[in-house]
Amino acid sequence: MKKILSKWLPPSLMLLMALWFFGNLQTPKDKDFAFSEFAQLPVTSNGRIVPLDSLARNSLLQIREKQTLNIEPWKGWNEKPRIISATEWLVTVMMNPAVADEWPAFRIDNPDLVSLLKLPEKDLANHSDGKHFSWNQFQPAFDKFEEENRRVQKIEAANRTPFETAVSKMFQRCMLYVQLKNTLQPGDLTDWPTQFADFEQMIPEAMVAVREQQAGKAYDREVFTQFAAYVQHLQHMTQFEPPLILPPNGTKDWRRMGDALLDIPQGKPADAAMHDFVKMMGAFNGKNPAAFNDALKDYRASLIPQQEKAVAKARAEVFFNQMQPFYAAMVIYVLAGLLAVFSWFNLSETLRRSAVWLTWLGLAIHTIGLVYRMVLEGRPPVTNLYSSAIFIGWGSVVLGLILEKFHKNGIGTVVATGIGFCTLIIAHNLAREGDTMEMMRAVLDTNFWLATHVVTVTIGYASTYVAGFLALIYILRGVFTKTLDEATGKSLARMIYGIVCFATLFSFVGTVLGGIWADQSWGRFWGWDPKENGALIIVLWNALILHLRWGGLIRDRGLVNCAIFGNIVTAWSWFGVNMLGIGLHSYGFTDAAFKWLVLFVVSQLAFIAIGLLPLQAWRSFRPNAP
Amino acid sequence: MVIKKIVGFFTSLKLTAVLLAFATVLVFVGTIAQADEGLYGAQAHYFKQWIVVGAHLFGHKIPLILPGGYLLGVLLLVNLVCSHIYRFQFTTKKLGIQLAHAGVILLLVGQLATDILSREMQMHFAEGETRSYSESGTDYELIFVAGNQVTAIPVKMLVAGSELKLPSLPFTVRVKEFWKNSDINFRAPMMKNAPPIASNGAALNFDFKPAPDVKAMDQKNVPSSIIEMVGAKGSLGTWAVSDWLGEASLIQAVQEGYASFGPAVANSIAKQLATPQAIEINDQRFTFTMRPMRVNHPFSLSLLKATHTTYPGTDIPKDFRSRVLIDNKLKGEKREVEISMNHPLRYGGLTFYQYQMSAGEVVERAGRTPSSVLSVVRNPSWLTPYVGCGMVAAGLLVQFMSHLIGFISKQKKK
Repeated sequence: MKKILSKWLPPSLMLLMALWFFGNLQTPKDKDFAFSEFAQLPVTSNGRIVPLDSLARNSLLQIREKQTLNIEPWKGWNEKPRIISATEWLVTVMMNPAVADEWPAFRIDNPDLVSLLKLPEKDLANHSDGKHFSWNQFQPAFDKFEEENRRVQKIEAANRTPFETAVSKMFQRCMLYVQLKNTLQPGDLTDWPTQFADFEQMIPEAMVAVREQQAGKAYDREVFTQFAAYVQHLQHMTQFEPPLILPPNGTKDWRRMGDALLDIPQGKPADAAMHDFVKMMGAFNGKNPAAFNDALKDYRASLIPQQEKAVAKARAEVFFNQMQPFYAAMVIYVLAGLLAVFSWFNLSETLRRSAVWLTWLGLAIHTIGLVYRMVLEGRPPVTNLYSSAIFIGWGSVVLGLILEKFHKNGIGTVVATGIGFCTLIIAHNLAREGDTMEMMRAVLDTNFWLATHVVTVTIGYASTYVAGFLALIYILRGVFTKTLDEATGKSLARMIYGIVCFATLFSFVGTVLGGIWADQSWGRFWGWDPKENGALIIVLWNALILHLRWGGLIRDRGLVNCAIFGNIVTAWSWFGVNMLGIGLHSYGFTDAAFKWLVLFVVSQLAFIAIGLLPLQAWRSFRPNAP
Repeated sequence: MVIKKIVGFFTSLKLTAVLLAFATVLVFVGTIAQADEGLYGAQAHYFKQWIVVGAHLFGHKIPLILPGGYLLGVLLLVNLVCSHIYRFQFTTKKLGIQLAHAGVILLLVGQLATDILSREMQMHFAEGETRSYSESGTDYELIFVAGNQVTAIPVKMLVAGSELKLPSLPFTVRVKEFWKNSDINFRAPMMKNAPPIASNGAALNFDFKPAPDVKAMDQKNVPSSIIEMVGAKGSLGTWAVSDWLGEASLIQAVQEGYASFGPAVANSIAKQLATPQAIEINDQRFTFTMRPMRVNHPFSLSLLKATHTTYPGTDIPKDFRSRVLIDNKLKGEKREVEISMNHPLRYGGLTFYQYQMSAGEVVERAGRTPSSVLSVVRNPSWLTPYVGCGMVAAGLLVQFMSHLIGFISKQKKK
């Protein structure tokens, strides 16, 4: 019985989790409105073709910090609050803003900002959870808020107080929301389908009136004023620079709806796409799913032949959004990590093997996600802070599994899953900044250097973390448990040493390649830019550890403590330097991360302090009493 | 005995460890300090320095003494070279480590050479313009031109209180004031409430005043000075000389700054700034101006087209590129070439990089001529990092693989 269990438990656990992952791949069925089909429509936003699904998710992430919208946040989860998808929210914002303006889609945490906007405090009975508010709720105080924002914009981002940062962020959220409202129609009009027909119809008459007015002749004042009002609305609409929703029609790029509408009086009549969207809007506002779905079908039918590539790309991205491979990998890593840790205590080989099998599954899903992203973007794996987190995690898992392959003691698995989980959590939080597949600025637009320098340096980060994490295991197991015997301790130290060698190789080569890239693109090999310096510190630190060890200045425990300090050095280089807000690489400024960075550094220093305790205080290798 | 001790000191791993530890601290401190001191300030204070005294961190002055970048670099180099000579063994076991260290030596020497030999200049031009010289981004010169004769005085020599006598000038230049960075203000006719800072020329219409040094990387200091010209019969008057007077991009910035006064006023201000100042003595007319220091090239580049494209619907830059015509009369060479981000032009011992650009839709709408700035670098040792990196990578790889193979075969035996 035990034999069968030990043979079949690992693969069956893996199979179970694999089934769970694949089970989530099914597209949700639409009840009435074909939202999931609508979500697959391509649009140009942020300089690239995205499906409306991504636009909806990324926008809602920025505004509400979630990918779904809870319309009744004052209800507890057991009271079944109504939760809608990002797409449904986006459709409503674009087509029926009056309804969307009532939904509590804005998350505001800063208490000073809550009171500046004159928003209600937490009061569940009166439908307020004190955190999520609707557009209409803060309109009365919007002028004061804008005034405050004008003041804040004059302060450099690095010098702002938390309140000022919250104001600036809130303003960006409002701008984004207004952009979305103005994607299909002038956001401040309430019955666009009727008004559009009116506008289209009056154009011949209106153009006559305009010409006569310009020539100084008598003209139809009523038509002229009405027309001028429409034009003003439309100009207003384009000023917000909303996403480019209309496919190219004789133009090079996609078009903004507002621009296309303004082109009609210039003699470019409204095309089928524009009419399809107006029809969808009318059907949506009239709560007529069949008509909405028909108009959507018409639009898709005319779009697919002329925009085959964009449609295919958008569909692929929607599939990726639904797959959520990094979330699945995260869950699996947690499970695998727990199993591996338990295996140390009862020393069960079955548990350890189950953990290893699960970690392989996690890695496979992680890899699918990584490669899928690369294909979608047409880029090497690391292009921004978000993808660096994904890749550091991936590299660490690979390294951890290699260690496990040789040592078969669960340590490699714990390292793999531990770092894999942490980096995916970091990535998850970084994704709140918005689109994670944004276009590369001109300087960075070179796949060759992204593939060589960035990838190598990131592997350097990953391996330094692996060494540091191994060192943490050494200290935790050594001080707090009796499971670290002499042999395991020695083998751990050897692993750390080997990984530090590996880290030195990659961080050195990666850093110098960065210098060479700089030499290629702006003529100086080394410019003492903060990010460059951060990478250099990792190289110096790893080289220092190796030389200390070769010189016999440190032994196993010294090595362990130095490797933990390597965690701090790497975290500093990865995130810390971005917070200085200077230099060419300061693209990843994230203030919320600062708190976490400090916490991380303090925790690592605490571990080093524990590691420095005399051996008597350790539960493992305590000198035997005579 | 003593020699042995010295050799022992310079070849010891302890020295390496201490130097690496100091280097780590120095780079860390020098990076944080950039927030307070600016990139260039911090470079000069910490890295291009022998001994660092005091630091500015998080807005505070912190008393500390550290070995500077030069000192650490040189000591590391000595340490490396000594150990290399002393411990050199040609065995396969040590081959990797020795190759890697030789690579590090090459990198350090290369960077030292770069520091001494390399020169970074800039070339500014608008579409249709031709340049046969580059300009410094940091150093300026005061020039006097009479006919074909040009006298250039490096701005470094303009120390307040000094007197400059040059054989080519029939007068002495007395330096009254010198400001490394300065601001300019138009003396509006209605508001001349203080006397002008100099008795002649541009100072009658403009006030100059000292300004704090710039810190950001993309800004530069604009120096100004007040000088007095003294002839045989005494003072000829005082003048303000400044980079604000004459440099096209600065004049444009001032013009835009006064746009609210109406185009007529702004244009007349720009015209006044661009008018060269002159002094006449013994029937000789000297025009003078302060400008970025120049280096002449034996060839010229003409900017044919500057393109700046953005991603559709955004202002995220997608591409900057300059199409230029190289005209080298000495070689009879005349060809067009394209310079863009990550694709520099290497020509005549110099490398031309796309640096800044004012082009694209916004510029076209404003009715300005698109222009481009190339960074011009002369660095004879530019190849050393490539070779050094290759050596270190190969060395570490060999060492690492031999360890790994040894480890795996040991595991297999178990």
